[in-house]
Amino acid sequence: MPVLNPTLDPSSDDFARNRADMMALLGEVRDLHGRIRANAERQAEKFAKRGQMLPHDRVAALLDRGSDWLEVAPFAGTGMHDDDGQGEAQGGNVIAGIGFVAGRRVMVAASNSAIKGGAISPMGLRKTLRLQELALLNRLPLVTLAESAGANLTYQSEMFVEGGRSFANQARLSAAGIPQVTVVHGSSTAGGAYLPGLSDYVILVRGKAKVFLAGPPLLKAATGEIATDEELGGSDLHARVAGTGEFVAEDDADAIQVAREVLARAAPALPAMNPPRQPRPPRFSPDELAGAVPVDYRRPYDVREVLARLLDGSEFLDFKAEYGPATVCGWGDVEGWPCGFIGNNGPIDPAGSVKAAQFIQLCNQSGTPICFLQNTTGYMVGTEAERGGIVKHGSKMIQAVANSAVPHVTFLIGGSFGAGNYGMCGRSYDPRFIFAWPNARTAVMGPEQAATVMGILMEEKVRRSGSEMEPAVLDAMKAKMVKRMEPETTALFGSARLWDDGIIDPRDTRRVLAFCLATAREAETRALRPNSFGVARG
Amino acid sequence: MSFRRILIANRGEIACRIARTAKRLGYGTVAVYSDADAGALHTRLADQAVRIGPAAAAQSYLSIPALLDAARRSGADAVHPGYGFLSENADFAQAVVEAGLVFIGPAPSAIRAMGSKRLAKERVAAHGVPVLPGYTGADQSLDRLVGEAGRIGLPLMVKASAGGGGKGLRPVRDPAELRPALERAAAEALASFGDGELILERALLDPRHVEIQIFGDRHGNIIHLGERDCSVQRRHQKVVEEAPSPALTPELRAEMGAAAVAAACTVDYVGAGTVEFLLDGDGRFYFMEMNTRLQVEHPVTEAITGLDLVEWQLRVAAGEPLPLAQDQVRSCGHAIEVRLYAEDAGRGFLPQTGPVLAWVPPDGVRVDHGLVEGQPVTPHYDPMLAKLIASGATREEARRRLVRALGETRLHGVVTNRAFLAQVLETPAFVEGRATTGLLNDFVVGDAAPDLVVQAIAAAILAGKLGWWSHGTPTARLRLAWDGGEALAAVTPEGVAVGGETLAVSLVGECGGQATVTVDGGTHTLPVTRDGNALWLDWQGRTYVLEDAPLSKAAKRDGAAADTVLSPMPGTVVELAVEAGQAVAKGQKLMVLEAMKMQLELKAPAAGVVAELPVRQGQQVPARALLARLDLGGEGL
Repeated sequence: MPVLNPTLDPSSDDFARNRADMMALLGEVRDLHGRIRANAERQAEKFAKRGQMLPHDRVAALLDRGSDWLEVAPFAGTGMHDDDGQGEAQGGNVIAGIGFVAGRRVMVAASNSAIKGGAISPMGLRKTLRLQELALLNRLPLVTLAESAGANLTYQSEMFVEGGRSFANQARLSAAGIPQVTVVHGSSTAGGAYLPGLSDYVILVRGKAKVFLAGPPLLKAATGEIATDEELGGSDLHARVAGTGEFVAEDDADAIQVAREVLARAAPALPAMNPPRQPRPPRFSPDELAGAVPVDYRRPYDVREVLARLLDGSEFLDFKAEYGPATVCGWGDVEGWPCGFIGNNGPIDPAGSVKAAQFIQLCNQSGTPICFLQNTTGYMVGTEAERGGIVKHGSKMIQAVANSAVPHVTFLIGGSFGAGNYGMCGRSYDPRFIFAWPNARTAVMGPEQAATVMGILMEEKVRRSGSEMEPAVLDAMKAKMVKRMEPETTALFGSARLWDDGIIDPRDTRRVLAFCLATAREAETRALRPNSFGVARG
Repeated sequence: MSFRRILIANRGEIACRIARTAKRLGYGTVAVYSDADAGALHTRLADQAVRIGPAAAAQSYLSIPALLDAARRSGADAVHPGYGFLSENADFAQAVVEAGLVFIGPAPSAIRAMGSKRLAKERVAAHGVPVLPGYTGADQSLDRLVGEAGRIGLPLMVKASAGGGGKGLRPVRDPAELRPALERAAAEALASFGDGELILERALLDPRHVEIQIFGDRHGNIIHLGERDCSVQRRHQKVVEEAPSPALTPELRAEMGAAAVAAACTVDYVGAGTVEFLLDGDGRFYFMEMNTRLQVEHPVTEAITGLDLVEWQLRVAAGEPLPLAQDQVRSCGHAIEVRLYAEDAGRGFLPQTGPVLAWVPPDGVRVDHGLVEGQPVTPHYDPMLAKLIASGATREEARRRLVRALGETRLHGVVTNRAFLAQVLETPAFVEGRATTGLLNDFVVGDAAPDLVVQAIAAAILAGKLGWWSHGTPTARLRLAWDGGEALAAVTPEGVAVGGETLAVSLVGECGGQATVTVDGGTHTLPVTRDGNALWLDWQGRTYVLEDAPLSKAAKRDGAAADTVLSPMPGTVVELAVEAGQAVAKGQKLMVLEAMKMQLELKAPAAGVVAELPVRQGQQVPARALLARLDLGGEGL
């Protein structure tokens, strides 16, 4: 296969500048991850005193030693609701990801009960729904480590109706034959009681687990009955009387061990998943991805600079290289997993649109997953493009993307503007996975562009009323517009809103893509035994 | 006196060692084994192996009929007794000879004559061999012994006349101890050796133990092959042996050699024998006893003389004259031997048993052993596993080599005294050649508990290769447990957090029983063996075994409820077997419940004290009623 030859020299000044810029942005993301962790660590003493493990320690104990761990939506809700992104960074109050437990690839969702008692926030709920969606799409057994103070009632209107979906999803996962193993480490009450209730296997931590619809205060208010937590829903009650739990464990670590053993029974082991081709490293180190591209989307670069550092042997079979050259399509392997790639070297023009649409259809014909490397200011505009039928050709591409049946993995590696976000399989096109680089920008258009458009419209409006706009006033208005819009285009802004499944280190792109491709392939081999109604508890 | 096929009436390293020389000289070899030794190395080295009985030595290696039967069945025409077991049993030697076989050792009469310390001492003293002042009379009445003790003076040593190997020895320092010591020693001697005869000897203050190797043939020649210094002893068991002795001058060597030969001459000795002396600080020596067999420590003599003493034994038994005359015996350099034992030096030298999971003897020294990976070390026999013998041009060279060899010896699966031996070899008194029999009195054995570095290394190895995490730091959490301690550890690419510290320790890789780790930037490769959840590893001369324990200490995985007994169904208590306040063992019957025409015995879920018993006999109870609650003494939850 042809070998890509990148032009950017890692010893050049450009590379060094790119790298410094990227590392600064990455540093902010890492710091945020550290702040969420530090926020939880503040409770370390309290948890230790209660004989409990911190949620991130529970996750580490649950995972197999040596397991890879692809964290999902680590920055959900950052800067929203009670999360200030600083000392109160919360990560959606759920620690989640895909890893290996007892040799099985599973989705793990752990309430971050060290932050606000694991209270469910609107974005935390959205995160949970995404996790369930990922579990269903990828046929991943779901292990939940539950301990939550319940929904944050301040925001009940943003959660109550949609919240029911998480329980419906649980029922559907069970019916689809995807087992759910839930450890109740502490409180899981009221609405939260349905979480274990709808899980296929429930492990209760003795003396800590609490599962009931109404706690003592609510009960007293509702019926006047006076009862203790233990009487209403302690581990003994559920293990011996109500039968809501299958297993009682002595402490957090014991419960996690039981969960590992249960999972090994609940989910049959799959034969070792070997990629169809021999994995080979790229000729150009993936570490260079930190410096291979400028962080400013306004500075164009050839997406092959990225592909050269992503693909096995840096080999890329360039599809229709000379037709619609601004839209790059072709095939390569990542860690031995074959994949189609679509990238952008500028706006998508009519030729690029139909080229991409054809490529997507060919990948569907051959059953090849597609990776989208988004870096586009959108579809081409202007008379030439319009005369060339950009609307109808762009529509073909969107049709192809929307109806494609092979797994899509999207990376936001630069700009994601206008309908380019759609055609290149942004969140609303339901890619199997979607991740952002720290430099990614997402918006209907660039802030300056938007301000200019607004300025022109404003000038015309003023002119129609018969006067002229002071240029200084116009500039001030435009600057204000840019200033307001700019922060809403960042990777973190989008990641907080679950426009992606997480911001990753660009240098990890190859590993993340390989992990996702393996996950998707494994899902196809996982034989499910669906039933009509999910498994009901006796 | 010719013979062709030798039955080796022994096991372990000495059986292997004898078989090698016998084969080299063209003899057929027959090994014997008890059920505990099926598949052992000595059975594989011999041409054939014959089962002689169950594990118990009395019914196998100590059974004269079984051994003779084995010889008959295998067509052996000679018997080598090795050391220990029946090697100094005159009846055995007699029986072998009467069965028409060649006994590779001295005449039964010589064994018998030297077997009684009392008679031996009287005999050699009569021939001018110096003996310690004492009492060796036939009158064994308590009054006589007490009177003689008064004459000899304190301190003195009470010895069983038939004893050996440190058994039946009792020092007396205080007059008040004398009578009880005599009574107990006599009773012990009777029980252990079937003979209550005692001798009394003046006790020397921290003497050296120096013994002379002698050899005699059937042609009236008796020579000596120099001395061995076996002063380093623990409770009269030899730990380190060397040749030559750092304490002997050529003159003293000649003098002691002559005395040893004189002692041997008193019984017309044939074959290999050892005359043991005590040597005091002034160069005076005293006969202790004569061992009428090959000694455990014979290799140090072989190392400096270049001779094969088993070969000499076989030549003498075949009727050949000694290969050398006294003035032809040469000695060169220095040799030191240590005995590797399956014993836990840190816990009172308690004998250890277990499977030999890994055994890699060191290079550069002679190693006599009978070990095979996969074979168990059983409690039935002496726990000696191997002997390491280092030689060199100088004593220091030999010592240095032996310390290094001990450090490289890899034996996993059973705890050994390896580190203790190295510690002894590094003791200043030993380094300087000043060791006496008092060296190991009040010896403080080095701490065997794993320190933080060892804990961190074990954690890093057990955690294995860490995974890739898209966010945060890959972390493996585990709980290490070892004999006497435990620790939680968290392993990350940055290091290992354990015991409140983070150590710069990480695993490079593990392959073929070796793990490579970095510790504070330095790279080390160390032997490791995995046994289920246990990890054996060697670090800086010590062997550690740490368990990869479940993270939860509280885990009770037998499914039993912690401390309560509930009625499994409605029924009647027909019998109460315990009362409140009573201590109960796990599984002990608490009561009997009659329900649905079944009598259900309810048992204690754990050991504890019955704290609550809210039922009486005949009481009707509903399902899930509390029948008993135990106080588990804090260990419950």
